[in-house]
Amino acid sequence: MDNELRELYQQVILDHNKSPRNFKKIETANHYAEGYNPLCGDRIDVYVKLNEDKIEDISFMGSGCAISKASASLMSTMVKGKTIEEAEKIFEKFQHLITGKMNEEVNTDEVGKLAVFAGVREFPARVKCASLAWHTMLSALKEKNKTVTTE
Amino acid sequence: MNTKAEILSGELKFDVMKIREDFPILNTLVRGKPLCYLDNAATTQKPHMVIDSLTEYYTSINSNIHRGVHTLSEKATAAFEESRVKVKNYINAKSENEIIFTRGTTESINLVANSFGRSNLNEGDEILITGMEHHSNIVPWQIIAKEKKSVLKVVPITDSGELILDEFEKLITERTKIISVVYVSNTLGTINPVEKIIEIAHKHGVPVLLDAAQAVSHIPVDVQKLNCDFFAFSGHKLYGPTGIGILYGKESLLEQMPPFMGGGDMITKVTFDKTTYNELPFKFEAGTSNIADAIGLGAAIDYVNSIGLNSIQLYEKHVLDYATNKLSDIEGLRIIGTAPEKSSVISFVLNNVHPHDVGTFLDFEGIAVRTGHHCTQPLMDRYNISATSRASFAMYNTIEEADVLVQGIKKVIEAFS
Repeated sequence: MDNELRELYQQVILDHNKSPRNFKKIETANHYAEGYNPLCGDRIDVYVKLNEDKIEDISFMGSGCAISKASASLMSTMVKGKTIEEAEKIFEKFQHLITGKMNEEVNTDEVGKLAVFAGVREFPARVKCASLAWHTMLSALKEKNKTVTTE
Repeated sequence: MNTKAEILSGELKFDVMKIREDFPILNTLVRGKPLCYLDNAATTQKPHMVIDSLTEYYTSINSNIHRGVHTLSEKATAAFEESRVKVKNYINAKSENEIIFTRGTTESINLVANSFGRSNLNEGDEILITGMEHHSNIVPWQIIAKEKKSVLKVVPITDSGELILDEFEKLITERTKIISVVYVSNTLGTINPVEKIIEIAHKHGVPVLLDAAQAVSHIPVDVQKLNCDFFAFSGHKLYGPTGIGILYGKESLLEQMPPFMGGGDMITKVTFDKTTYNELPFKFEAGTSNIADAIGLGAAIDYVNSIGLNSIQLYEKHVLDYATNKLSDIEGLRIIGTAPEKSSVISFVLNNVHPHDVGTFLDFEGIAVRTGHHCTQPLMDRYNISATSRASFAMYNTIEEADVLVQGIKKVIEAFS
């Protein structure tokens, strides 16, 4: 595989694509949002069980490319147990990671496991794939029932 | 199976390598690999003849048309109108008055929906389209249907991607005012039996619009023989420039229709009380037309004619059959759209690999394919998928490129296994 391609499709991403974590519907969820990428027609449902401002549980369902599926999967593992504010902070760092300048150094300490998405910045057409789950999660935290798009 | 050598030495004399020399972009390297351009249903590449015609226009005769008395204006007008004649001949219309320059297929359909639709549709009237329409042949009708409280009806399709003709005839009622059908599906490649559709529609006295965006570069067209009432296509899918398209309409219908847009060029006399509209086709060409690209479209038609649509059709069929066979052999690959009558479009899905990932991986092999819903979301819903990968072939694509595609797909499958 080409190096740049391997950079985008890191083993962690391929693994999460193959066996996504928290890929289910939480029956007792009290927050939910539907995410939609009009570019490709992909949909994602994010379910959140919020206890005051703490994300007690989070899951997702839907169809998408490896990047979007792995992103949703890793996101769910990263924000579970976090507060809304903490989750928003992680998103900011993630957003910076995938849209940052090409040659900018990636501070892996700041983003932890999410560093595997650094390759996305080289593929502008795929940034929305990586961010769809996050936008949907944020929307679910704010609203009880909502459809969001990447547009 | 036919090999390239066989077809070249056999009945079909089609020198694809010579044709490729006419398209400068085909020498491009993508990520260090030779470009394998298989996104022709989105837009075709342009031959030197077209590119040169644009340079020539802007270099030597650029000027506004129709009203100027100076030399350049006369030359530009002549070239523009000559292009209209080329289009007329290309689709065998009866008269130049029936050839309207638009921005593309989408604008052509919007013109009919707004002009013919608005003046003919009333509450409870029906518009009939099919389950394989591009959004551009759905949304304009939805907009006018909403305004007029009319009803949009849809002809269902089979699993292989063919229209169910029995259902089609059943859906025509005395309230049906227009039938708008895609000639060749951009997603499935299905060539619809438009002659039959038009015959049935006319039996019920309903006019038919053909969305021919995907047809004109693959199939010889004779609008008089087809007897369609409207016929829409784009220049850029016919090896011509973007931003120029055609609406053909029968003169008797166009005569009755009100203008679509108001402005300069579409009038004969304007006072603040009243405006008299210009005659056909200018009535529908408000404002300064896309002169250069109209001339470029004329050059594209000259180019296609120099190769011959019959040869192109035969050659593309050969490439389609070859690619279809090769792709069908790949385990885990399913072709979406398997009608017996197909244009050179192959949509497919892979088990466990999303089309977007396919698209990115193939790009690293230099292969350009389309991935997504191809502006046919209702069709995706019909097949219960969100997207496909689509390889679409043009006259300059080779059997070897079909092999490159097959190898590329095998690599994708391996990476995700």
